[in-house]
Amino acid sequence: MTPPQRQRRHPKEQPPPPPPAPTGKQKNPERLFVVAGPDGGERDTDLDLVTLIVARADPPPSATPEQSALLRLCTAPLSVAELSAYLNLPFSMMTVVLTDMLTAGLVTARAPIVRQAVADRSILEAVMHGLQRL
Amino acid sequence: MVPGPRTEDQLPHTAEAAVKIVIVGGFGVGKTTMVRSVSEIKPLTTEETMTQAGIGVDDNFGSDTKTATTVAMDFGRISITEQLVLYLFGTPGQQRFWFLWNGLFEGALGAVVLVDTRRLEVSFDVIGRLEECGVPFVVAVNTFPDAPRYAISELRTALDLPEEIPIIECDARRRASSRDVLMTLMHFLHALATAKAPA
Repeated sequence: MTPPQRQRRHPKEQPPPPPPAPTGKQKNPERLFVVAGPDGGERDTDLDLVTLIVARADPPPSATPEQSALLRLCTAPLSVAELSAYLNLPFSMMTVVLTDMLTAGLVTARAPIVRQAVADRSILEAVMHGLQRL
Repeated sequence: MVPGPRTEDQLPHTAEAAVKIVIVGGFGVGKTTMVRSVSEIKPLTTEETMTQAGIGVDDNFGSDTKTATTVAMDFGRISITEQLVLYLFGTPGQQRFWFLWNGLFEGALGAVVLVDTRRLEVSFDVIGRLEECGVPFVVAVNTFPDAPRYAISELRTALDLPEEIPIIECDARRRASSRDVLMTLMHFLHALATAKAPA
């Protein structure tokens, strides 16, 4: 039996235009407004799924329930993805909440190591050694 | 009280940075199985909401029947050193979901395309997208017992992949086998980096 046949593709010259922000039309705007704060609409953020978040302070009296829960979770470093999972918040909402908290100095962010045109071989070798121990 | 990580699932305070690898493939191909078999934590799920505008159906904004699609992505974690953490994300093959998670593929070290030979054509589009985006990847064939077996050379021809891209068979349920897939990706990435590095 012969398997079906694919046609190879090649890198595109121009990256596709950025897609529309997924936060525009949410199902439950009242609830999301409360989580994000009054100006939680359009905001750029560099937070990645694997940015590590660490609490800097105990929850202040002004903290929202989400902020307090988040601060309790990340007394040790925790990725944005894990926070999204534990707090049951969509990733886009999580980044809005965290951007506020970063601005307020409640948490710090440890940036991920992302793919470069030429990868850092020492990082790749560290990952290989780590996998070998599995 | 929000449930959080168990004490033994907490990262050390020394954790400085994370890297990620994406496992991509069609529904039911074994992405979450592979994540689970190597992850040190029970796989978690992050969700994102996709509105109708995003999935290209009629815009009935303002109507009571407006619905949103929730797209879920399972992930796991492997501590590499006291400083470095690896995250594995299993994501649906359709590219329209990818932008939901900022930089999911752009920042990843690389990707594993998990395929099922009973539905090989499901992987065609995702492989093409990775080629277009310049994301380095390897292909792992999850060997289901009732799936047709092809020689690797036959699969390479069918998938129209150049000789240097690794294609390997695996059993996503087994930790050692899934680990070998990740190792194959890492060796491939290392070879790419070595080839590109200035002499």
